[in-house]
Amino acid sequence: MSKLTDFGKQRRETTKMVPVPSVSIMPERDLGSAPALECLHLGIEFGGLKAVDDFNITVGRTEICGLIGPNGAGKTTVFNLLTKVYQPTRGTIMVDGKDTAGMNPAKVNQLGVARTFQNIRLFNTMTVEENVMVGLHNQRHCGLATSVLRLPHHWKSERWYQERALELLDIFDMTGLATHEAGSLPYGAQRRLEIVRALATNPKLLLLDEPAAGMNPSETADLMENIVKIRDTFQIAIMLIEHDMNLVMNICEGLCVLNFGKIIAKGTPEEIQQNEAVIEAYLGKQKGGEA
Amino acid sequence: MEFLANLINGMSLGSVYAIIALGYTMVYGIAKMLNFAHGDIIMVGAYICFCAVSYLGLPVIAGILLSVVGCTVLGIVIERLAYKPLRSAPSLNVLITAIGVSYFLQNAALLIMGSDPKSFSMILSLPALHLFDGRLTISATAVITILACVAIMVALTMFTGRTKMGKAMRACSEDRDAAQLMGINVNSTISMVFAIGSGLAAIAGVLMCAAYPTLMPTTGSMPGIKAFTAAVLGGIGSIPGAALGGVLLGIIEIFARAYIGTQLADAVVFAVLIVMLLIRPAGLLGKPVNEKV
Amino acid sequence: MGFMHLKPQTHSTVITYAIVVVAFIVVTLLDGMGLISNSLSGQLVPICAYVSLAVSLNLVVGVSGELSLGHAGFMSVGAFTGVIVAGCLARMGVESELLLFAGSAVVGAVVAGIIGFLVGIPVMRLRGDYLAIVTLAFGEIIKNLLNNFYIGVDDAGLHFSMTDSSSLGMSQGTILINGPKGAVGIDKISTFVLGVVVVLITVAVVLNLMHSRDGRAIMAVRDNRIAAESVGINTTKYRLIAFTVASALAGMAGVLYAMNYSTVIPSQFDFNQSILILVYVVLGGMGNISGSIISAAFLTVLPEVLRPINNYRMLIYAVVLILVMVVPHTKVYQRAADALRERFHKAAPKPAAEGGEADE
Repeated sequence: MSKLTDFGKQRRETTKMVPVPSVSIMPERDLGSAPALECLHLGIEFGGLKAVDDFNITVGRTEICGLIGPNGAGKTTVFNLLTKVYQPTRGTIMVDGKDTAGMNPAKVNQLGVARTFQNIRLFNTMTVEENVMVGLHNQRHCGLATSVLRLPHHWKSERWYQERALELLDIFDMTGLATHEAGSLPYGAQRRLEIVRALATNPKLLLLDEPAAGMNPSETADLMENIVKIRDTFQIAIMLIEHDMNLVMNICEGLCVLNFGKIIAKGTPEEIQQNEAVIEAYLGKQKGGEA
Repeated sequence: MEFLANLINGMSLGSVYAIIALGYTMVYGIAKMLNFAHGDIIMVGAYICFCAVSYLGLPVIAGILLSVVGCTVLGIVIERLAYKPLRSAPSLNVLITAIGVSYFLQNAALLIMGSDPKSFSMILSLPALHLFDGRLTISATAVITILACVAIMVALTMFTGRTKMGKAMRACSEDRDAAQLMGINVNSTISMVFAIGSGLAAIAGVLMCAAYPTLMPTTGSMPGIKAFTAAVLGGIGSIPGAALGGVLLGIIEIFARAYIGTQLADAVVFAVLIVMLLIRPAGLLGKPVNEKV
Repeated sequence: MGFMHLKPQTHSTVITYAIVVVAFIVVTLLDGMGLISNSLSGQLVPICAYVSLAVSLNLVVGVSGELSLGHAGFMSVGAFTGVIVAGCLARMGVESELLLFAGSAVVGAVVAGIIGFLVGIPVMRLRGDYLAIVTLAFGEIIKNLLNNFYIGVDDAGLHFSMTDSSSLGMSQGTILINGPKGAVGIDKISTFVLGVVVVLITVAVVLNLMHSRDGRAIMAVRDNRIAAESVGINTTKYRLIAFTVASALAGMAGVLYAMNYSTVIPSQFDFNQSILILVYVVLGGMGNISGSIISAAFLTVLPEVLRPINNYRMLIYAVVLILVMVVPHTKVYQRAADALRERFHKAAPKPAAEGGEADE
């Protein structure tokens, strides 16, 4: 645990965040390449209510970025917009430099956005291994006729899916659970499986919706280690929604704070901790100027 | 003139569909189940009325009352025995049970009443209305059917809107668990809905057989399906939707029979349903439900 | 490698094929010994047809998770197409019954598949009970349209009309489809062996599809549509694949069914027929292929076995149906089942508990 906290600190010290014109901040190391995600004036209305308004953000290719804010601030709605579960009312979402306008959730995933869900959504009646194999669906093709006629290519593909799935499960020490039914897994394992399944789609940006919810401190510590490990192994951007401030402050390089659908602050964890508006949003207005 | 006659016939048939569809839609709203046996309750209602009038020699009004009471009891009994144990079961199991109940009612009727059609004509023999120097004839049955449908609609709207029981019904169909937590007896509310739906089915059965006077064990099955279609067309779960869907369906069916052909009338009715659902996937007056992510 | 060491998936697949093959051998042996009554041997081909229909409907209802109430419609498309193809082939001088059957079955399946695909495009825009009612509507529309089809064949080719058989304009041809009177004068070329072949093909297609890339996608959409979309699966496409394949297989079963009788009429393939097939699927278990096979065979035979008590047999059938559905959910049954389970599985293997998965 203490080793991990040190790891987080070390990471934070080495990361230098620089402002990107008018939009956000990014780690210095990601500046040379196109950002993994770029949102411009993103917004959605539900019957006149602006659930998310003028949301601008840039996420670097290997950045771990946190999206925080009080309950009901619109954090999950942002994820639903990014993955096109909701179609935005206005604004642009660029993934890896490509505009996602008019795409459906499946297309956005094929472009490189994978996610987990706040209320776990696994393929419950299928095995752990099969869940990951579904995640690998678009990584290799095998036609309907080929499968039904059991041509050699089918067997070759099946072996590939299975080997690859086990490799991915191994990263999270889950190979022992491969043949278990996903719905019967304990809660923590279900959360991890969701992440593995998302990773199987070979994303450029991984969205984690409250990955530490319901976990005890030691599980959370493991999770923090794993999130950093994922970023380092796969060299992808990770954006996470989380209420556990220990986790957020330790592993996130950039933070974005949302309240009532609007961004109220952006910056490094240190900057956010000092930010007046953020403290006010979380704790309410303090009388006498004492923060 | 022919157009007007068809319109009135359509509204009359549609009123029957509407009354049946009300039962479908209320049961769906509260129990979230497709009660495929609902059509056969119509048949049972019609048989009870038929027997009361022609075998027991009771007056027509008494026959109708008897059939309403009989079907209400039948509806409650069916719900208690067949559907109540399945509250937490997958919806398909409930559907198959409803189909089993439907087979049971049809075959029981077949055993008791035989397969030969019974003629229902003597029950309502009021003089027809002649308008426009006899160029337009409206049967008394049609008028009574339409009036009955309007009366039932008004009564149901008042019941669900004003009374305590009606509010409990609406609460249960909105969120059964929350309603239970608020102290509503969900089981008795569901029984109540089955009772009302079955009672309405009995009235529909009598009215339908007065207009189309052949009564067989399978009499209820096609109107049942059509009424189900009407309920979906109007937006299943919605009471005004069921009435609107029923009347529309009846009018479309009569016009299709008159102008397209008897053979293809049903195809037209179902085609309208499909087109309507593609334009408004939740029906005419239904509310679209979005899954929360 | 012993049988018990196979993966559970392979295990159940082997059992499924074994059921069909063993049943075929047993029935053939019994028939050879003259132990099968006339009424039952007349049911052999329909049993095969219903087994195929149940297995193919299970692909839609069990595997893909969509309630379809119009399966008989696709069965009838296959049946009537098959009759037309057989009629044409016979007129072209094809005499081999095997060829006639194979030709009809293939074309019947393809046409039913195409109709299934076309119907599926609008249907798959809907979900749940709305989807169910629309499949019902399509089934009824197909039945109604077939009631108005008049098709005949003569030396000049096929003739088609939607008014009556005399307007076909044929001098000396054969009428194949005669409106509400249905398909008439069919060559009864279906045999039990052909029936078993159709069953095996159906089972193979469904099982191979289930245990493949596309099958996993179909089941993923069933289990959680939103999660399936989030991993890049085009949900409409895979629901449509399941629906189309099932329609094609139903078409093939329809050919088998029709070729067992000299006449079939459109109203045989109505809503009640669809429901009957659905009952087989639900009783056999969602997504359980061997379950569908057993329940379809059992429930087709049951009314025959009950024939001595003719008047009451459908009543008993209805009661059996209700009891099978309701009894497992009654308190008495659940208590008994729990007691039994405790006695036999004292050390039931539970899935690894939280924090205990480091057992590898």
